[in-house]
Amino acid sequence: MAQDRPTAAELLSAIADLLREEVTPVLDKVEPRLGFQMRVAVNSLAILEREARLGPAADRREHERLVKLLGRDASLDDLNRELARQLRAGERDERDTALMAHLEATIADKIAIANPKWR
Amino acid sequence: MTVHTASEADQVAGVLASAAARYFGGPAVIEGLSRESGGASRQTWSFDAVAGGERHGLILRRDPPTTGKASDRSATALDRATEFRVLKAAFKAGVRAPEVLFELMPQDGLGEAFVMRRIGGTAIARKLLRDPPYEKARGLIAGQLGEILARVHAVELGSLPALVRREAADHIAGLRRALDALSQPQPVFELALSWLDRRKPAPIERALLVHGDYRTGNYLADESGVTAILDWEGAHLGDPVEDLGWLCVKSWRFGAVDKPAGGFGSREELWRAYEKAGGAKVDPARAHWWEVFGTVRWGIICHQQAWRHLGGAVKSMELASIGRRAVETEVDLLQLLKEKI
Repeated sequence: MAQDRPTAAELLSAIADLLREEVTPVLDKVEPRLGFQMRVAVNSLAILEREARLGPAADRREHERLVKLLGRDASLDDLNRELARQLRAGERDERDTALMAHLEATIADKIAIANPKWR
Repeated sequence: MTVHTASEADQVAGVLASAAARYFGGPAVIEGLSRESGGASRQTWSFDAVAGGERHGLILRRDPPTTGKASDRSATALDRATEFRVLKAAFKAGVRAPEVLFELMPQDGLGEAFVMRRIGGTAIARKLLRDPPYEKARGLIAGQLGEILARVHAVELGSLPALVRREAADHIAGLRRALDALSQPQPVFELALSWLDRRKPAPIERALLVHGDYRTGNYLADESGVTAILDWEGAHLGDPVEDLGWLCVKSWRFGAVDKPAGGFGSREELWRAYEKAGGAKVDPARAHWWEVFGTVRWGIICHQQAWRHLGGAVKSMELASIGRRAVETEVDLLQLLKEKI
């Protein structure tokens, strides 16, 4: 059953805003070590907000690409396990353009969630 | 995790007073003792010892006795006693490193620990890279890091304690074992490790002292530049170019991405200073190999840090969150593997 609004992303972003704008400045004055920890936490909440918004579609795309690349269907984890095995065994390498296109797309989706500012 | 009971600080102060008295040869008063940073198992304490009318600014490096709980220490890290000897040899050879003074004894009850002189400066990359007081230093640090590293690599092997020899193949095997210990498959790291495996540099003729964690964040600097190289627990014997590659890993530029040498200069600037100070001529392809290697290594360390929390060795949101930084190195690796060197 669908949950009522706010969505997970909306609620996470409201929590992050409160902690960033109101709680962190107070902590910085009272207990700088906790102020630092709070910044880390706020950053993690922002990751979760993006994950709630973008994660399901990214996982779906990754799964579709892997099925095509490996020519069989299984869970996302199993398919990645098989791909990792092939890469360690040297059965595929960076000269495989379909492989590289898949990895580029997967990592682009991952970094868009974990740290979109990374360059 | 910097929380400690008053009794722990009292115990440490008491032990330091008698150890300092032994070393300085007279009664010593301990003042301003405070715990600086580090996890539960690797502690750094700052204090002054006043002995014979003189004040000494000192640092205690300490691994408390293990409690039998799963250790969160890296299997390849040096123990404190070996780190003490490496630091001693490096300092004697003229490396800008803290001067170590004395070790504590088992009966002191503080675990493995030693005391060294405190050196001025900050290790915080964000400050060094952006704050006004360090503007002049920013132009000097890349060259200084090259010079100092040449000195590290010139340390006489006979002056060092027994150290493990680790070369390219050992490192690759070690990282593959580390990947196997993680719960999730990692295609990009597997790809990069196979790439590295196929292009391993020729074995080195003579293994040298490798610092093992030579990067921005692990040295102190002030307005005049680098004052001391810290964090020697990754020291081993191996290919000196390993340190040059690690320093240039993008994660250690802390946002100054167009300055590969730790965020402060170009690779060429770093290599030129290194060669001028007596380091062997740097082969760019070999340095690139070690930079790719270092990028994989940091990515896997991110996962291992998260696993210290996930596996239950320590409870830390900060460590857990590092797991989500690993993908930064995957972005960098896909970029690096495309470069033609």
